[in-house]
Amino acid sequence: MNKIFVGLVFGLVLGAIDGATAWFTPEARPLIGGILVGSSIKGMIVGLFSGWFAVKVHSIKWGIAVGAGLGLLFALLVALMQKNHYLEIMLPGFVLGGVIGFLTQRLGTPAVPQAIRPEAGRERM
Amino acid sequence: MELSDSVVDYLRQVAGLPDLSGTRYELEREIGRGGVGVVYAARDQHLNRRVALKVFDFPMPQEAQLIARLEHPAIVPIYEAGTLPDGRSFYAMKLVRGTRLDHYLARSPYLAERLRVIGRVAEAIAFAHSRGVIHRDLKPQNVMVGEFGEVYVMDWGVDAVAGTPAFRAPEAKLDHRSDIYALGILLRFVLPKPQPAALRAIALKAMMPDAGKRYQTVNEFLADIERFQEGLAVEAWTEPLWHRMRRFGSRNGVLLWLFGAYATVKFLLFFLRHV
Repeated sequence: MNKIFVGLVFGLVLGAIDGATAWFTPEARPLIGGILVGSSIKGMIVGLFSGWFAVKVHSIKWGIAVGAGLGLLFALLVALMQKNHYLEIMLPGFVLGGVIGFLTQRLGTPAVPQAIRPEAGRERM
Repeated sequence: MELSDSVVDYLRQVAGLPDLSGTRYELEREIGRGGVGVVYAARDQHLNRRVALKVFDFPMPQEAQLIARLEHPAIVPIYEAGTLPDGRSFYAMKLVRGTRLDHYLARSPYLAERLRVIGRVAEAIAFAHSRGVIHRDLKPQNVMVGEFGEVYVMDWGVDAVAGTPAFRAPEAKLDHRSDIYALGILLRFVLPKPQPAALRAIALKAMMPDAGKRYQTVNEFLADIERFQEGLAVEAWTEPLWHRMRRFGSRNGVLLWLFGAYATVKFLLFFLRHV
């Protein structure tokens, strides 16, 4: 499983779980379907970019930082569309982005290395 | 003519030295003495380098020639083998500059470094086993750690060697599993106090009196050590639940912190909304 796929899967799952917590807010219950879909898509986009970053840079620290930054950015975009609940959307999005960034660094296979040239295996005196 | 005691002692000593006339080697000094021969430091005059010469008290055993064909980074390379003018057989090998493992441990290296050394030793033994050679006398005195951290397994046994009692497996007929027994004792020897339970269990499994209950190959032994190093459960030990949880926690500390932060944020937001 490559890192981009890991990001997409965990972004989807964690985004859906984050969206599902809206159920605990009574005034958000009627909109739970839309929140679930939106939160899952947001998680997948964060996962996609975090996975791509993990392929390029191998660093847990930077993975978390970039994931958290992306989570914050996309949560801000969602909050701007809502024009409300900035803190409730951005803060969990920020932390969840960090989780996704961490998971893409820890799990999944990195990019396939370039094929080794046949000359490399020859013995040399 | 009467000779003084000191002269007689000197003559006795010189008479025991190998006759290197006609060879490319110039004797420097004795550096070790084992059950089957003596090791000297010597200078190769053709290549102007120092070498170690192992001189046997009897014709060179066939197994010594087999050992000479082992090419591995942790096995001292043999440069040349032959017979001296005094009839004794010898081989010249790389002169290793370093510290014996038992002396090296006196510097209190970290656990990771101790395990690295054991890993290198085990890899050399596994390689030799794959070529049909067993060590027979593995002990801290036969492992050298070089000045750049390189590890060498020395003094590969020959049939005449019975092994050192404290490191010798109980079975009468030695086979590759006898080396695994010695590796278990060596692992226990290098572990710092208090010994991690999982590593102690690995050592004890390797040291089982019944050879059939030990690791059956050195690679199995190595794999269990690697599992420990990666924070995974080892095969030699059924760990209690609390230990499994602690291992999971230390292996996934960052992830647990992140989920903890998420739960805290969610709880605080929920709490603030309802105040």
